[in-house]
Parts: sequence; structure tokens; C-alpha cells
Amino acid sequence: MVNVDERFMEVSMGPQHPSTHGVLRLLVRTDGEVLTAARPYIGYLHRALEKIAERVTYPQFTPFTDRLDYLASMNCNLAYAMTVEKLLNIEIPRRAQIIRVIMAELNRISSHLIAFGSFSSDMGAFTPFLFGIREREFINDLFEMTCGSRLTYNYIRIGGVSKDLPEGFIDKAKEFLDYFPGKLKEYNELLSYNAIFIKRLANIAVITPEDALDYGVTGPNLRASGIKWDLRREEPYLIYNELDFDIPIGRGEMGTVGDAWDRYMMRIYEMEQSTKIVKQCLDMLAPGDYTAKVPKVLKPPAGEVYVRAENPRGELGFYLISDGSTKPYRLKIRAPSFANLSILPKLAKGVMIADLIAIIGSLDIILPEIDR
Amino acid sequence: MTELINEIITRLANAAPIIRLLVVIAIIIVSSVIVLAVALLYEGLATYAERKVAGDIQARIGPNRVGPYGLLQFVADGVKLLLKEDIIPFYADKWLFIIAPYIVFTASFAAFVPLSYSEHIYIANLNVGVLYILAISSVVSMAILMGAWGSNNKWSLFGGMRAVAQIVSYEIPTVLSLLAAIIIPASLNMRDIIAYQSGGLGIFRWLIFNNPFTFFAFFIYFIASIAEVNRTPFDIPEAESEIVAGYHTEYTGMRFAFFFMAEYGDMFVVSALATTLFLGGWQIPFIGNIVMPIWLKDILEVAVFFGKVFLLIYIMMWIRWTLPRLRVDQLMELCWKYLTPFAFFNLIGASVWVLLLHGKGVYDIITGLFVH
Repeated sequence: MVNVDERFMEVSMGPQHPSTHGVLRLLVRTDGEVLTAARPYIGYLHRALEKIAERVTYPQFTPFTDRLDYLASMNCNLAYAMTVEKLLNIEIPRRAQIIRVIMAELNRISSHLIAFGSFSSDMGAFTPFLFGIREREFINDLFEMTCGSRLTYNYIRIGGVSKDLPEGFIDKAKEFLDYFPGKLKEYNELLSYNAIFIKRLANIAVITPEDALDYGVTGPNLRASGIKWDLRREEPYLIYNELDFDIPIGRGEMGTVGDAWDRYMMRIYEMEQSTKIVKQCLDMLAPGDYTAKVPKVLKPPAGEVYVRAENPRGELGFYLISDGSTKPYRLKIRAPSFANLSILPKLAKGVMIADLIAIIGSLDIILPEIDR
Repeated sequence: MTELINEIITRLANAAPIIRLLVVIAIIIVSSVIVLAVALLYEGLATYAERKVAGDIQARIGPNRVGPYGLLQFVADGVKLLLKEDIIPFYADKWLFIIAPYIVFTASFAAFVPLSYSEHIYIANLNVGVLYILAISSVVSMAILMGAWGSNNKWSLFGGMRAVAQIVSYEIPTVLSLLAAIIIPASLNMRDIIAYQSGGLGIFRWLIFNNPFTFFAFFIYFIASIAEVNRTPFDIPEAESEIVAGYHTEYTGMRFAFFFMAEYGDMFVVSALATTLFLGGWQIPFIGNIVMPIWLKDILEVAVFFGKVFLLIYIMMWIRWTLPRLRVDQLMELCWKYLTPFAFFNLIGASVWVLLLHGKGVYDIITGLFVH
């Protein structure tokens, strides 16, 4: 016997809904336009990546990490490579470290561009999306020059990177870095400070600092709540401690600290900072090895490590247990979007359908990472 | 055109009644087909223009494959939609589902009838033209609700409810702002209204320049009319990112095309109404009383009329591809808290103006000063 509450209408939003960012399914209970509850159902993209990791060798798993957060493959590669390197205790050449930072930050920009674009189209403005895609194309070209791929790079490998930077990369990257800040200004004029846009987002779906910590929200979403926590600063890896950059935090410019507008704006600010970082790294580049000497067959000593890195969407963590063989004994992936999504039911109480879209968009979740 | 038809009918005065009836029916059919053909051509070109304008704004090219400059894209689209499978959902209310697109389409096209395209080119000379257009375009909201309810889809229902609430609400500021203009020529006949706006270099006697109240009324009307044709920032009934496609979620092929074409038809009608009532209709600016053949004058007038209408349509497209979407409650707030009171105030102001100055416009008053 099914209990149906006739005061409410239950709507299944997704997995084919246009703005659930992939295959998220939300069971939404509505009273007219107002939501009384929204429950996420996940797993439509489950590929058993953690189990696969137990069946393949350490280097073989790198391409699978591309498919975690496919908009930021470099960052996922990086986090995985750092995990295995920590287990193996490999020292990475300086040039490789700088290249890694360049790639990670460029990928952060391109990921945030998609976040910016898809969020704007969720809000009904379709033009900024194509503007975002246009700028991302530059970064894709740079990546294609470097490693031949435009989406799943498999570039950052255990021990370093797979190839050295190609000729002309530095000039082209500098050209992009000169061009990009002007475009950011354009985005702000077009969308960020648009009256309708602010009206839609200010004071909507506020995540308080306490809630953010309780739910394990990380990345720009955490910083939008006013907590200055960025792994690049707190636990510096690679060469981040030598670099000069700010950690933007939400200040409630248009309403409350931690509202949807703040979360959106974090991404714009971070793109600015990443531009700064890449610029510094390009100047630091000196000739050297692009990869450490890594044995053909990797047999890390038995033991366990946990390594986390600051991804565009939050902290990506790899918990790796080795039994001394060529394959991981167990790999647990801590996906930032998974934790970020967990706060959604709390935020989605009592808001309108249009706000729910704003919440999903401002959390900037990505499903392959959640479902793994 | 009317004269020609009248002449045919008078010449047939002696013919048998059945032949006269047949001829009249033939004339009705032929003229309807001509109007429909012209209107469909307009729709096609409007969709093409929309895509080109969108492309231009979004830094891309737009359709350029079918025909020169992609001009025949709409033919290809039409053929594609005709060949698509026509799906009627199993649980749909078939009667409502099937009939709704036709009503939307008919209502939208019936509004083309009382428009006056030049001094001699018009389809029907209705003495209640404006009222007729307002009445017949309101039928659209009923048909949308029929289609939405008939689809038996929750997203469609959301869309239908939103559409009806929106269209019915925005009808009030629309009518009030139109009234502010109508009371000056004191006629609902399109031709009378346009004739009233002659003189003054073909510009200064436009009703928009008649007095400050009609000037504001034009902008209120334009904003409200964007809401009535469901376009961004008021495209809430078909908000793709929120409720999939709103009331036409379940429609496929040609049935969908009817809804789609009706939207462009509505755009034309509201722009033509604005042109007729505020922008002097087919009055040619700056020409004055230069003598020219009637056919040339008619062609010029038609060009001027369409030019003004297309300018307004272009502005609508421009707005659509620039702004994000409002939320449902914000939309209603805008209507009831701002537009409606302002429109009321305008109407009262315009009435007082007419009463005190006997309908003289600003231009009449200024030129009157020089005459004395």
C-alpha cells in the first residue's frame, strides 16, 4: 500500500533533466512552485572505479582518474600521481613540479569557465555559456599542444609528466593570460553584476560556516561561506608555497555570506588568482627533467597513504592501501562533489523550483565524480 | 486590396446567387492563403533571424549551410519537423492534446488580420481592431493550458500554470498602457489611429511623442508584451533549465512547430501593435508631402511598417540573448507592484492631458506657439 500525500506533487527531476548537470536525479516534493523536500538519487553513472583500481596496476589507473572529474582531469591526475609518489617516496624534478602547477591551474580556469557558463544558462542567460566555452577553447588548444587530448589528458603521470612542454607553449600561454583578464571583466559586466542575476541569487540557499563544516563542504563552496581554507595554502604541495596568490572568501557582497551569489563569485575570483599563478610559474620555468626516474614496474612498499589536493570543486582525496604488489589493495576516492551534494536536501527546503536549479548550479557538482 | 474585392463583388451583382457565394468563398480562401503564406515566410525568416542574431551576440556564426547564408535553414527545419514521428503520450487527454496547438496557431494568426500594413494594404478594416487583437491573443493562454493539462506531464502542468498566470497578469499593464495611447485618437480602428499620427515630419506626431505619459506607456507596453510572448527575461512558462520545456514538453514534430511558430507570430503582433499605436504605423518619416505614385508610396509604407516592427523584434531578440531569467514570484511582483500601478498612473495622467489640452500633443503645442 503506497502512502500518497495528496497535498503535494512528487516530481522526478532527472536523470534526463536539462539542468541537473549530468545524470543527477532529484525526487522533488512540491506544493505548487514551492519545494517541501528534494532527495538526490545518485548512481546512474556508477562505473566501479574503486574496484577497477584493485584490478589494474598503479600507472594503469591514471587514465581512470581522468574520468573522475572530467572537467578537471589534470587536477585528478595530479592528486592520484601525488598519492602514488608519496607511497613510493619519489622526489619530483622541479621543472615537472612547475609544469604540474601550470596545468593544474589552467585546468582550474577551464573548469570554472564551464561552471560559470552552465550556471548562467541555468539562470536563463545562454550567452555567457558560449563566452565561457570560447575562452576555454584557448586552454583546450594549449592542452592539445601539450598532450594531444582536449578532455581526458592523462598527462600528469606518476613521477612527473608524460612529455615536456612543446615549443611555443609559453608564448601561447602568455598570450592567453594577457587576453583573459579582460574577458573576466566582460563576464562581470554581462552577468555577475546584472540586476536580475543578483536578485535571483542574493540571500538564496545560504550555507552557514557551521553547516559547511558539518557537511564536509570544500572548495569554492566552503570559501564562499567565509572560511579561509585552501589546501594550496594550508598543506602546500608542489611549489605552491613559493607562489604569491590570494585566497578569496565570501564576503556577502550582495546579501548574506555564503549565499548562491557568493558561491558563484568565488569562481570568478579564483580564475583571476589562477591567472596570476600561471603567470608566475611561466616565469619560473627553467630547463630540467620533466619526469623523475621511475621503475618500469611499480611495486610500492606495503602501507597506506592519504593524499588530498585542492581541485576546482573542492578537496579530492585518495586513500590508497598497498600490499606490496603491483596493484593497489584498496583505493578509496574522496570526491568533493559528493560531500558538496550532501548539503542539497538541507538547502532545498522551502525554496522554489527555480531556486533549486540555482542551488545545483551554484554548488557546481559533477556527476562522474559523485558516482565514481 | 479591399477595393479590388469590392469591385469584383459589384460586377457579379447580376450573377446567380450560388456563383456569387462561390466567388466570395474563393476570395476568402485565396486571401487567407496569401496571408498565411506571407505570415509563414515571416515566421521562417524570423527564426532564421533569431538564430543569426543569437549567433552574432554569442560570438559564433549561426546557420550558414542551407542556401545562401543559410537563408533556407527554416525550410530544412520545417521539413525535418514534418518528417518527425508524431508522438501522442499514452496517458494524454488526446482531444485536448491534439486540438491545443491548432488553437494557439489560429489565435496567433487571427491577430494578423486587423493590422494595417500600408494605407491601402490591409486585410480587414475592423472598427474594434485593437480590442480584437487583445481578445484573440488571450485565447492563446487557454489553449496553452489545454495543451499543458492534456499532456498529462508534471512539467507541462507547471509550464501551463505559469503561462496562464503570467499572460493573464501581464494583460493588465498591457491594456492599461495601450489605453493611454488610444484615448488620444479616440478610436480602436488601426487605420484611424495611424492616420491620426500623420504630419509633423512623419515622426513628431507619433503617439509616443504626444505627451510624457504615452512616452512611458510605450515602455510599459513593451516590457509587458515581452512577458506576454514568453521571452527571456520572462520566459518562465518554458524555462528550459527549470521545467524542461514547459507546456510543450510532450509535443513533437509539427505540433511542436505550431507552438513555436505561434510564439514568433505573437512577437510580430505585439510589435505591430506597438508600431501602430505608438510609432506611427506606416507613416514614412521625413518624407512629408512629396508627391509620388501610389504603388511606390504603398511599397515604401509597407517597408517602413515592417522596418519598425523588425526593429522592435530585434530588440526583443537582443534582450533575450543578454539577460538571465526572473523567478516566478519576482515576475509577478514586477507586474503587480510596479508595472500595473505605473500603467494606471499613466492612464490617469494621459486622460487629464487629453481633457485639459483637448488631445493636443507636445508637437502641436510647440508649433502652435510659433504660429501665434
